[in-house]
Amino acid sequence: MTKTKLIRRKKISNKLGDTIGGWLFISPMLLGFTIFMFGPLLYAFYISLHDWPLLGESFFTGFENYQNLVKDNSFKNSLIVTLLFSLGLVPLNITLAMFLAVLLKDKFWGIGFFRTAIFVPVVTSLIVWAIVWKYLLAPELGFINQFLGLFGIEGPSWLLNKSTALPAVIIVSVIKNVGLNMILFLTAMQQVPEELYEAAELDGASAFRKFRNVTFPLITPTIFLTMIITTIGAMKIFGQVYVMTRGGPGESTKVLVYYIWETAFKLFDMGYASALAFVLFFILLAFTILSWVVRKRWVFYEE
Amino acid sequence: MRNKRTLYLRYLGLSSIIIFMIGPLIWMILTSLKEPARIFTQFFPSPIRWENYIEVLNKVTFLKQYWNSIYIAVLVTLFVLLFASMAGYAFARINFPGKNIIFILLLSVMMIPPEVTIIPLFLFMRDLNLVNTHIPLILLPVFGAPGAFGVFLMRQFFIAIPKELEEAAIMDGCSKFRIYWRIMLPLSIPALSTLTIFTFLTNWDEFLYPLIFINSRELMTLPIGLSLFTDETGTAWHHLMSATTLATIPLLIVFFFAQKKFIEGMTAGSIK
Repeated sequence: MTKTKLIRRKKISNKLGDTIGGWLFISPMLLGFTIFMFGPLLYAFYISLHDWPLLGESFFTGFENYQNLVKDNSFKNSLIVTLLFSLGLVPLNITLAMFLAVLLKDKFWGIGFFRTAIFVPVVTSLIVWAIVWKYLLAPELGFINQFLGLFGIEGPSWLLNKSTALPAVIIVSVIKNVGLNMILFLTAMQQVPEELYEAAELDGASAFRKFRNVTFPLITPTIFLTMIITTIGAMKIFGQVYVMTRGGPGESTKVLVYYIWETAFKLFDMGYASALAFVLFFILLAFTILSWVVRKRWVFYEE
Repeated sequence: MRNKRTLYLRYLGLSSIIIFMIGPLIWMILTSLKEPARIFTQFFPSPIRWENYIEVLNKVTFLKQYWNSIYIAVLVTLFVLLFASMAGYAFARINFPGKNIIFILLLSVMMIPPEVTIIPLFLFMRDLNLVNTHIPLILLPVFGAPGAFGVFLMRQFFIAIPKELEEAAIMDGCSKFRIYWRIMLPLSIPALSTLTIFTFLTNWDEFLYPLIFINSRELMTLPIGLSLFTDETGTAWHHLMSATTLATIPLLIVFFFAQKKFIEGMTAGSIK
């Protein structure tokens, strides 16, 4: 056999080998995602078209579950609570993260300690964090109210009071995760070319003006993307509500995911819970698509 | 002069925020060392009562739950590392028909919220008699968002590795699997360690799956176990705080030693 023939033969067998090899390499993930993700997603929609109790027979009801959403006050409430939670959490989180990133941008003595400390809650388990705060916020014996008591202030029963429960959960969630967004902002700020600051300094710009006219415009894409990611996370909040308030008092902290969980696994109304879950799915889908558009429009440093 | 003042202001601003971040954990540790009768009357524990820890560690369910959390998170991480790096390698380096469509499909897994698929999955696992076992807790994260994120991360990493390294091996007639196992995997240790931290931490924190799939105490993982701890013995603050301290300290210690990697792992996950 001549050399060229050998090479050609090798090429053909390589191509076939690549196809088989490629599919073999991805097969565990592909198979797993099909069985545990794509299949259930379609099946969830099928379930949502039924009256589907945990045990016993299910009946096809068409879009009745979806029509019932409109009349369901608890559903409306859960949407509003989720919205309020996000509206409280996202701006607070982004502003605080930005503030911390600005403070921690330039080197100074002790910077390592501060950066580490801000990241400590991120590494702490969410449930542990929620439990500790639940006790800190306890009505009479909790540390916060005892501390306020030293100054003669009688603190409210934070988590048992309709007007303070949701804000308390929001603040506890912000402190937990603000470190993550701070790091994202810090990374983006460090990408800003130093010459721009030098030029601004030559023009006699103050620190505030440097931030407003140099830093801020250049990191806007990061801010926007971080906002969307944070919003998606806020829409899915569950663990801290489960631990701190169980959706109460009343329904004042009953967010959408909590309501879905309750409908499915406390009331065992699988059909209606699936319809609720699809509402969540479409809300999240809208935000995800928005984040893709943002990514496409602004080219990112990380890519 | 002005610089000094801004520096002090900076310290003041940062300290007043940081109090809310490490304060709760300090309070948790202090409370875990107090005598039950003095929990509300003192700030610093005196005398220090180490027995709180011994008593918590003597609770069989707590130790079991601790072990469950560890071994489930380890298994999930190992599976994610293996399957995600395999798929990531194929997507980065092997040409096969259908590759791009499948890749986009796999990425779309990241946006399917587990809250939507959990109902059919629960019915499915119930029919297979797998409710109240650890199997769903191991399988679902591997073939869910963490796994999909892993595929994405590994593909990005493999694409950046120079092709020359493989070409020599191809000339020598190495199989694809050997190239992946012997050349690509050892090179990807930085990406693998980022993925390890991300997967382990998210799994350590996983709440929804164990809440739904597990109902006996010995089979629970720590987050669920700790959240029920609050309900049953609502007054035993010292024990609860010892338990949460024990659940937190190991992670914090590792974090202090491998801070950079930790921050990388966590932020990598949130950028996706």
